Order: sequence, then C-alpha cells, then structure tokens
Amino acid sequence: MKAVVTVMPKPAILDPAGVATGHAMEHLGLKGVRSVRIGKSIEIEVDNADEKQLHEICHDLLSNPVVEDYTLEILS
Amino acid sequence: MSNPAITPELVAKHGLSPEEYEKVLSILGREPSFEELGVFSVMWSEHCSYKNSRPELRKFPTTGPSVLVKAGEENAGVIDIGDGWAVAFKIESHNHPSAVEPFQGAATGVGGIIRDIFTMGARPVFLMDSLRFGSIEGGSEQAKTNRRLFAGVVAGIAHYGNCIGLPTIAGEVYFDESYSGNPLVNAFCLGILRHEQIARGAAEGIGNPVFYVGAETGRDGLAGAAFASRELTEESKADRPAVQVGDPFREKLLLEACLELLATDAVAGIQDMGAAGLTCSTCETASRGGTGVEIDIQLVPQRAKGQTPYEVLLSESQERMLVIVKKGREDVVKRIFEKWDLPYAEIGKVTDDGMMRVRNGNDVVVNVPARSLADDGPLYSREAAPFIPPAPLDLSSVPQADPETALPKLLSHPSIASKRWVWRQYDHMVRTGTAVLPGSDAAVFIVREANKILAAATDCNAIYCKLDPSVGARIAVAECARNLACSGAVPIGVTDNLNFGNPHKPENFYQLRAAVEGISEGCRAFNVPVTGGNVSLYNESPAGAIDPTPTISMVGTIADITHITTQSFKEAGDQIYLLGEVGSELGASHYLLAIHGRKEGAPPALDFDKEIPIHNALLGVIRKGLVRSAHDCSEGGLAVAIAESTFGNALGASIDLGATDQRPDVLLFNETQGRIIISVKPSDASALENELSTSGVPFRKIGEVTGKADLLIMTGADVYNWKVASLNETFERAIPSLMES
Amino acid sequence: MKVAVIQFPGSNCDTDCQAAVDSFPGIQSEIVWHKETSLAGYDAVVLPGGFSYGDYLRCGSIARFSPIMAAVRAAADSGVLVLGICNGFQILCEAGLLPGTLLRNNGLLFRCERLHLRVESNNSPFTSVLHQGQVLDIPIAHGEGNYFADAETLKALHANSQILVRYCDASGNVSSEANPNGSLENIAGICSHGRNVFGLMPHPERVCDPLLGGTDGRGIFQSMLEAVAKAKVK
Repeated sequence: MKAVVTVMPKPAILDPAGVATGHAMEHLGLKGVRSVRIGKSIEIEVDNADEKQLHEICHDLLSNPVVEDYTLEILS
Repeated sequence: MSNPAITPELVAKHGLSPEEYEKVLSILGREPSFEELGVFSVMWSEHCSYKNSRPELRKFPTTGPSVLVKAGEENAGVIDIGDGWAVAFKIESHNHPSAVEPFQGAATGVGGIIRDIFTMGARPVFLMDSLRFGSIEGGSEQAKTNRRLFAGVVAGIAHYGNCIGLPTIAGEVYFDESYSGNPLVNAFCLGILRHEQIARGAAEGIGNPVFYVGAETGRDGLAGAAFASRELTEESKADRPAVQVGDPFREKLLLEACLELLATDAVAGIQDMGAAGLTCSTCETASRGGTGVEIDIQLVPQRAKGQTPYEVLLSESQERMLVIVKKGREDVVKRIFEKWDLPYAEIGKVTDDGMMRVRNGNDVVVNVPARSLADDGPLYSREAAPFIPPAPLDLSSVPQADPETALPKLLSHPSIASKRWVWRQYDHMVRTGTAVLPGSDAAVFIVREANKILAAATDCNAIYCKLDPSVGARIAVAECARNLACSGAVPIGVTDNLNFGNPHKPENFYQLRAAVEGISEGCRAFNVPVTGGNVSLYNESPAGAIDPTPTISMVGTIADITHITTQSFKEAGDQIYLLGEVGSELGASHYLLAIHGRKEGAPPALDFDKEIPIHNALLGVIRKGLVRSAHDCSEGGLAVAIAESTFGNALGASIDLGATDQRPDVLLFNETQGRIIISVKPSDASALENELSTSGVPFRKIGEVTGKADLLIMTGADVYNWKVASLNETFERAIPSLMES
Repeated sequence: MKVAVIQFPGSNCDTDCQAAVDSFPGIQSEIVWHKETSLAGYDAVVLPGGFSYGDYLRCGSIARFSPIMAAVRAAADSGVLVLGICNGFQILCEAGLLPGTLLRNNGLLFRCERLHLRVESNNSPFTSVLHQGQVLDIPIAHGEGNYFADAETLKALHANSQILVRYCDASGNVSSEANPNGSLENIAGICSHGRNVFGLMPHPERVCDPLLGGTDGRGIFQSMLEAVAKAKVK
C-alpha cells in the first residue's frame, strides 16, 4: 500500500515559517500574498496496513494534534 | 455573530464564583457584556490577580538601597549595580501550557519572560531555566510520556533562546514522580540597562495615542490565563486552542525595535501583552497611570478574519506590545517599526476618566473602571492546615549500602547526573559573555558594555520542601547564595517562582504560606530583596499535587575578574579543604531516595548564623586569591561533591576523613547544610588556614588533588576507591542513555 | 582596515563579531543593515551568525535575497574578503558564493560546545598566520551544520585546497567520533575558488578573549588583517 500524509499547521495556529516566507515572497515582487502555510508531506509504503491503524499513526506520530492537522491519501 | 446570554453556567465556565460575579455586578451597576465577562474572568484569575497568594507575598522583603523598581510595581524589578548601571530580572512559569504542548509551551514561556525584561527598557543578556519532570527511567507509559515532555521542553527552550540569540547559561532539572503529568517550566531572564533607561508601564498623558506593535492577533492561546489557573484534567487536554505558538524571529525584531524606540524620547509608557493579552496591558497601564484607555478593536492588526471582539481581547498571541506614545511623536514609531518590518497601529488614546473602554467601531463592548480589573480584584486568605513535622529518620531502618556502589548510583540518578544533554542544546555562549559555562555552581557572565561581572544560580530541593516547606524554602535561598559564593559572587537580589497545588486544599495553602515565610527569612538573613516573581498554583494531576516547589533564582555580582571561581579541581598537589561540618543529617536526602526509594525524614537544619559566616569566609579567601576551586555539597552530600570536582580536569583525589563512629553511608552522603569543598595551592595552604582560623568558621583539611586515575576516600581503616573516568562516564551517560532508549 | 558586519533581521552574533574584530588594533568595524545596497569603502565583510528571517524555510534561504547581498556578491567578485560564520556560511552557500550546502545535524539536535578544528590549509587570507595541521579550540552552536556537496564539487574542493578547517579531536585526528554533525569528510569550513570568501560553522569570534576561555579564534581575524595590509602596500 502506498499513502501520502500531508501535515499542516491548524488554520487558527500561527505559522511563523509561513509568515516569514510570505514576507520574503512580497520582497521578491510577488503581489497580493494572502497566506503562506508550510507543512510537510510524508510518503509511506507499507504491507497490509489497515486504514484505521494508519490514521492512528498519523494522529499519534506523524502529526502533533495540538497544533497540526493531517490528511491521509491512499494512493494504491 | 451574536454573543451568548449571560447565564450562571456561562459565569461558572469563566471561572468566576457567584460571589465574584456579585462583585462584578456591583462594580458595573448592571449586567456585564459577554466581552466584559471575559475581561473580568482573566483579570481576576489567579494568574493575573494573585488573589490567593497576594496577602502572603506581602511578607517578602522588597526594599533596599539598591532597589530602583520594586517587586509588583512593574513587569520586573530593577536593581542598581553601580556606575549608573542596573539589572532587571525575573522568573516566570509556563507549567500548564508545557504540559499540553511541551515544545510551544516552553518556547512561549521563554518568549514571555524576555518581553517582561525588555519592557523595562533593559537589553536582555542571559537566560536560565528551572525544570521538573516525572521520572524518565523505565519502560512504563508514564516514563515514556515524561521523556517526551522533557525532550519537548528542552527543544522548545533551545528553539526560542537560540533563535533570539540569548545564551541559556544555567539552570536545574529534577525528576520526581510528583511531577508526572504536571511538569514545571520556570524561565528566568536578566537584562541590563542604564538607570535613566528604566521604562514604565503606565498610560500617562491624557490624549496620548496608544499604539499596538508587533505580531498580528490570532486565535491562539485563547484565555490562557484562566486556563493556567485550573487544575489539569483529562478535559484540559481537549482545551487545545489554548496553545500559543512562539515566533522567536518576530520577537528578536520586536526586541530590537522596542529598544530602539525606547532610546528616543517618544515613549510615555510601554507594556507587553502576555497573559490576557490586550485586556491586561490596557487596564494595567491605565491603572498604573491613574488614567483611562480607550481602544478600538477594529484597528488591531489581525491574523485571522472574522475574529470577534471577545477573541481579540482575550487572545494570547505572542510577540506583541502596547506603547503609549507622546502626542506628536507618532512618526518615530512609524519610522522604527517600518525599518524592522513589524506591524504597528494606533488603536486608541489615553483618557482622563479611569475607564478601560473598548470599541468595536461605533459600539462600546467594554466599559469598566480600569482599577477594578487591575487592582481591586478579589483577595482570599485561604485556610492553612496545621503543620505536621516529619517523623525523624529512624536510621536503624535504613540498610547500609556499600559506598562503592552507592556513589555511581547517585551520580547516575537523573536529578544529580550531568545535564550536558540539556545545555548542549542551548546556545550558552552567544553574546560572548559567558565566563563560566553551565555545569558549575553558578553561571558567570561578563557584561562587556557595563564592565560588570554577574553571577546567577537557581535552586530548590522540593523533597525538603515537601517534608518541611519552611526549612526547604530557607535552604533554597541559602543554597543559591552558597552557589554564588562558590563562584566569587555577592548576592544582590532574588526572584522566586512559587509552584504549588490547589490553594483551596489547606495542606497546599500551608505549604505556600510556610515557603513564603521561609524565603522571606532567608532573604532578610542575606539582606537581599525579592524583586518580583511568579506564582503558579493548581499544579495538580489526577495523582495529586506536586511537591511544593518554591524555585529561587538569585543574582550576584563579582567585584573583580580574578575572583571568578569554578568547581573543578585544577592541579595535582592542590590541598583540599572542607568548610563547614562533616555532618550527619540523612533525612530527606537523595541517598535515601536514589538508593532506598524513600522520601522521608526531616530535612537538614539550616542555621543562618552558621551559614552566612561560611559564605563570608569563603568570599574572603577567594578575594585574597587563595582558592583554586569551590563547590558546595548539595544532593548526594560530600562524596558526590568531591566526585564532581574531579571531573572537569580529569584529576584524582585522595581524601582522608579520619576515624569516626558514623556509618560510612551517613558520613559520605548526608546533606547537612553549609558545606563547601575548596582546593588551594600547597604554597597557599598556611595562608588559607590562617585566614579561615581568624574568621572562626569550622574547616578542616581533608586531602589532596592527585594526578592519578582514582578517587580515594579513607575513613579510619576503611578505604573506598573509584576510578574517576568511570564515575565521570556514569555521570555523563545517565541522561543520554535514558533519552536514547 | 574597515570591516562591515552585515546585520540581517535575526542576526544575533553581529555585536559579538564587532566586539571580536574591534579588539584588534587597526581594525574598525561597522554594523551594516541588510537593506543597504553598497559596501564601498570596506576592506572586509563579515556575515555573522544567527537565525536570519528565523531560518524557518531553510537556513539562509531568505537572507540571500536581502538587498545587501548584491553588494556582498560584487565585493566578493572584486576580491574583498568575505567571512561567513555559522548562519553567514549558510547564507553564502544559499547565495552560491560558496559551493555545497548545510543540512540538519545528523544527531537532529542543536549542539553548542567547545571542540577542535584542524587547519587543513594556510594558503588563504583567513588562515595565513596559522600553520597546516594546527589544532584550534573553537566552539560550535548550530542545528544545521552538516556540510554536504556532491562528488564533483568535493573533488574540486580537494583539487583547489578549498577545505580550510576540519573537525578533529584534541590531538588533531580527523575521525568520525570528532564529527559533531555528520559533515562530509568532517568539513567545518571552506573557501571559494578565488580564496577570498570563507565560510565556517564554528564561531571564532567567541574565542578572541582569554576571559571567555580561549583565544584560538584570533588567528583567523589576524590573518585577514595581515592580508588586507599586504594588499594595501601593493
């Protein structure tokens, strides 16, 4: 099984990395930057995992549920 | 969006008691708005109002000829250090946020205390931390959680301190079951300033504009102050919006911009937005200035769209300040904050009616007398349980452990073991002033611009405090002073962080009261003022209250570069002396805890009339240039102190304690107070003895530093022998091994 | 000799560098804000340590676009000495003024400690007063100092003797135990092909005062001073 997990800062949570990068984009001439959010993408290949267990891994290990949300996409 | 109706349930949810709500009604003469309810809720929380502790805190000695800004007057106390220079310093807790999210909780704790210091007009120069966690040993779920909390807190402190460029130069870390689920994170910052640079947090000058500067307001940390004043329960883990995210980069810019702004004469008052954010800074500045402040929520820079006035008022977004600018000097703020690429906005003005008034465009959502929020909150004197003195230790019930195996075991106890794993993650050298690196008795920092040498230490043995809070608190003060003396420093001031359980429980309130009285007694004895600090109550987890932990941080000055002294033995042949008594008090010791799993007995006695002459005698011989190393005996007693002294330069030691009728474990590991191990060049030994004899303090020669690989301790016919390298390895590897497991 | 110490937003070793440099008779330094566009009149440029722009995206990735960087590039092209320390090294790599890049430490943790460096070449204006094989006691303080370059770049670094300092133990042995961060071949600092740009992760400015535990950092600044003096005589 192949899956991609995307971990992003929760919408209401400050993302200092995104803010700093957004300002840099403006300084480089990109107009109208409204929001930049920086997360991470994790590719997983695993034999015989059930989806529920993957969600648990996403929640407990791959993301910090206090400040981050994740999405799990099963590719195959 | 319409606000909820004010019901008794909503009032209770805001943590206000029915009596407190009655008081709100009588102040306003009407029902509060939803926003006003939120404002009263945070301002009257323990975190902001100290309603359960203030009557106790009044017992602290807070005055003295060197005190420029007193405890409680401003964000931090300020102490004169001579030549027109002063220091501002304070310690503050971030326990509850760190329990929920250790990395951000600790990081924002560091950010908050740094803001408290530069709000005073001081340039922050160094940090310290006092940390407590549950046991990190073993494979239990609890131990795993404690390791995760420990790693997260240390990484969070490192992230914030390293990025902003302040060295974390000292601290303490203890591990004890009582902190499982409720870690303690107390962060200290010290800053330096000229007397004329002291900035005030008062809204002065009717008609002066009120500026908001720094990061935009978001929904993070909503009502964190109220959150910090409740016990941690399973539900509070679901309280997740109450987590703030720190941005040390923004704070670095804010720090530089504010100091640049304060160097102009454009500022009438300045206040950081910490707990209770915009609410607290507005009503406190007004209350201090004897004025009113009116602001418009719609003018506040906001990160997220659609935030309600309630959310904006109570948000605890970090890296923000409120600045009262002299009318006509608005352009100065504009120029400086644009240079540093920071948001700023004029959000209101100082008024003459004593009200905190908040508008949302044309609507007035808050209209409350500022004093009623900041200074006239409820005050409680809680019931204190009677003190039950601990039963003295019955020595016959303690099996005698073999010292040769007990010493390495003590050295590998995480509370005693090397904290290199921790401080190696902190940049402890940035700002190029760290003259004594972490790991010695006290940190020593040279402030180049002021040509001053500062020393700082932080201490608290919570086992002593658990068993006898008054004695424990006195020892915490004495140990700080002793650590400073060992570094060649004279104390100038104290800041304290009182970490206790729920004050509604009489035994907890007794602990708080006794600790405050003990600290006060200690500070009077050393003639140092308490310059401020922080109270953190409700430190309880489902298993019960933490051990009472009145953390003491003490700052001192060193008169001359040649007085700086460290704990490591320097050269083979140097003579080793013990200042103070050999001692025999084993109660409440780490030997009992680490070897026998027992937390019991009476803590060692503390007699200031014996303690202070020893510090003075030590400082006397240090100033005469006779002392090559000095190290105090604390947890683990004489044997641990001597072993630690051998590590720095990989030297051996040969110690002879003479014949005695004491049990060897008592002799080597007792924690009697007022003891210092010093080493001296052989050629200076007689001069040292003369000086010490004149001073009249007890001392004895106990051995010499050797170039051999062994630590030898003889007592009568018994000889104990350890390899220094092996002890050092045990000491150094203990925490890394646990954290890699 | 006039030295510009560049101040990026988030620089935090700028005043430390200034204090170290100013402790040499004959050097005056000035802090130059990153929004400036000219470095005319300076004999040397120091990019200090810190966390420019918070280093949130990649260390140095945003600072390389600061207005001053065009002037730094022009200065480097004209032979002016450019020294990048820690974050300054990372910025120089991101800007392409030095080859390779700095990855996260292999132990994943920030490390601040005293350690040892071996001088690999004294054929540079930054190491000329040192001797080859000399062991220096200089601290590090970084989370991302793991030097990496592809095989071809590494070959070029060897061919031109651009590796100026490596991590070693107290006796000068370059070993994996002495490597604090996983750097390729224990590389701690490299110079440019033209030898006038030098980047290193350790902090020489922190060991320029005996009161702070050492003076092993002074050789680098002394070398720069002598190189500039020599160039002026010509």
